[in-house]
Amino acid sequence: MTMIFGVPLAVFMGQITLGLVNGAFYALLSLGLAVIFGLLKIINFAHGAQYMLGAFAALLGLEYLGINYWLALLLVPLVVGAFGMVLERYLLRRIAHLDHLYGLLLTFGLALILEGTLVNFFGVSGARYPTPEVFQGGLNLGFMFLPTYRAWVLVAALAMCLFTWFMIERTRLGAYLRAGTENSQLMQAFGVNVPLLITLTYGFGVALAAFAGVLAAPLYPVSPTMGSSLLIVVFAVVVIGGMGSILGAIITGLSMGIIEGLTKVYYPEASNTVIFLVMILVLLLRPVGLFGKEA
Amino acid sequence: MADSQSLSQTPSEAFSKTSAVLERQRRAKIRRNLFYLALVVVGLVAPFVAYPVFLMKVLCFALFASAFNLLLGYAGLLSFGHAAFLATGGYITGYLLASYPGLTPELGIIAGTLVATVVGVVFGVLSIRRQGIYFAMVTLALAQLVYFVYIQAPFTGGEDGLHGVPRGELFGFINLSNSLAMYYFVFAIFIFGFAVIQRTVHSPYGQVMKAIRENEPRAVSLGYNTDAYKLVAFVLSAALAGLAGSTKTVVFQLASLTDAHWHMSGEVILMTLLGGVGTLLGPITGAGIVVSLQHVLGQSPLGNWVSVILGIIFVVCVLSFRSGIIGELARMYNKNFK
Repeated sequence: MTMIFGVPLAVFMGQITLGLVNGAFYALLSLGLAVIFGLLKIINFAHGAQYMLGAFAALLGLEYLGINYWLALLLVPLVVGAFGMVLERYLLRRIAHLDHLYGLLLTFGLALILEGTLVNFFGVSGARYPTPEVFQGGLNLGFMFLPTYRAWVLVAALAMCLFTWFMIERTRLGAYLRAGTENSQLMQAFGVNVPLLITLTYGFGVALAAFAGVLAAPLYPVSPTMGSSLLIVVFAVVVIGGMGSILGAIITGLSMGIIEGLTKVYYPEASNTVIFLVMILVLLLRPVGLFGKEA
Repeated sequence: MADSQSLSQTPSEAFSKTSAVLERQRRAKIRRNLFYLALVVVGLVAPFVAYPVFLMKVLCFALFASAFNLLLGYAGLLSFGHAAFLATGGYITGYLLASYPGLTPELGIIAGTLVATVVGVVFGVLSIRRQGIYFAMVTLALAQLVYFVYIQAPFTGGEDGLHGVPRGELFGFINLSNSLAMYYFVFAIFIFGFAVIQRTVHSPYGQVMKAIRENEPRAVSLGYNTDAYKLVAFVLSAALAGLAGSTKTVVFQLASLTDAHWHMSGEVILMTLLGGVGTLLGPITGAGIVVSLQHVLGQSPLGNWVSVILGIIFVVCVLSFRSGIIGELARMYNKNFK
C-alpha cells in the first residue's frame, strides 16, 4: 500500500477530505461574518446559533412538516434569514450608533438565549438527520473511498461562496453594498436606502449561516451547542485571514481545514488546538492577517 | 476656561476660588473614604447575617469582575477570554495544594496568581497587536486554546476537574476549614485586590490609560507608548482574575472546566455591564446580582433557564441600560444632589 510519511494513502486522503469539508464550513461561516462586518461593523456572535438554527429547522421541518432535504436547503436559509432581518430591524438598529462592541455583546446575548432555549427543549445530545438518498454511499476513487455526501457538501459550499462573490462583485445590489462598506453616509446622501440595505445584508449573512447549518445536518449530530464551539474556531480563522476579501475567506477556510486534517493524521492530540496555534503564529508574523489590509 | 477667567480676576479672587475647589475635592475624598469604611464594616458583619460560603462566592466573582472592569472600563479593551485566567489560577492553586500537603494556602494562591500573570503576559503580547473587535476575537480564541489544553493536560483531571483540594492552614496556624476564618481571609484578599484597582485607576498611570481609551492616536502623538500601557493594564487585570480564581479554588476546594469555558468569559462581561462599566462599585454589584440570581434560579423550577435569563439580561442591558446600575445611580445622584 502507498504510504505518505508513514501513513497509508487512504487514511491520509480521508483526513484531507474531512479537513476540506470542515474547511468549507469555516469558509462559509467566515464569509457570512465578513459580509455582516463589512456594512454593520459588528461581529455577529449569534452566527453560530444561527447556523445551529439552520440545522434544527431542517431537522424539525423533516420531522413535522415532511420538508425534504432539497426544499430545506432552499427554504431554511430564507426563513432563518428573515428571522435575522427582524433581529436587525428591531434590536441591532437601535444600537447602530454606538460603539460596535455593543453589537458583539448584544448578539452574544441573543446566542445565549437561542442556545439555552433549544437546550431546554431538545437537550444537549445530538439528533441525526438522515443523509438524502441520492447521496448515500460513496465513490471509489481507486486510492480512497469518498462518501458522496461529503463531496456534495464541498461542491455546494464552494458554489455558495462563488454565488456570494458574484452577488457582491457583479450585481448592482453588490455594488451598493461595497459602496456602503466604504462610506455609508455618502450612500445615503445619494438617495440609497441604507437602513434597508443593512437589514438585507444582515439577513443575507444569517442566511449563509443557516445554509451551512442545513448542509451540516446530515454530517454532524444536530445539537443546540453545535454552533458555539465551531464559531470560536471560525473567529480564529477570521483573525488568520482578515476580513478583507471573499477569496481570502475561502482560501483561509479551506487551508485551515486541511491543516486540521493533517494534524489529525500526524499528531491527533493537537487537532483541537492547531488552528489557534496558527493564529498565534500569524499574529506574531503578520498581525493584520494573511489577507488583511494594512490599517 | 478657568485660565481665561482668571485673567480678569485679581490674584486673591483667583486664590479663593482655587481653595474652594480644593476644599470641595477634600470633602469629596473624605466622603468617599467614609463610604469605603462603611462598606468594610458591612463586609465584616455580613457573615453573621448571611451564609458565608455564598458571600465568599460573591467576593471571588466581585474581584474577578473588578479585574475585568479594570481592562474594559478604564483601558477600553473588551477581553472575551478572561475565563482563562480564572481557570489558570484555580487549576495551579488546586494542583499544588492537593499534591503538596505541606504547602500553606497563601503560597498556593500566590503561585496560582503568578502563573495566571504569566498567561496574561502571553495573551496580552499577542492580543494587543489587533484592535477593537479583533482584540475580542483573539482573546476568545486564545482562551479556547487554554480550555483545550486543560481538557487534555494530565494535572487538571480533564472532564472531572480537581476535587477535594485541602483548605489547609493559613500561614501554618489558622485553620481555614472554619468558614468564618475562611471568610475573613477571602475578604482580606478582596480588599487587597480592590485597593490595587482603586489605586491604579486614580494614579497618573490610570489617567494615561483613560486618555488612551478616549483617544489613542492623540495619546500616541503626545508621546505615550500606548501598547506598553495597554499591556500593563492587561497583565494587571489577568493577575487579579487569577487571584480570584485561586481564592475560589481554596474556598470551594475544587477547580473545574466550567471556569475555563467561554460562558465564564461572557458571565464576567455581564456582571460588569449590569453593575456599570467603568465604575469601581459596578462590577461588585453586578457580581452580587448575577451570583444571587444563579443561586435563586438554581433552586427554582426555572433552574434550566438560567442561561436564557442571563442572555435576556444581556440584551436588555445593551439596549437600554448601558451605564448599569451604579452608573444610573450616579447619574441620579449628580442630577438631584449637586
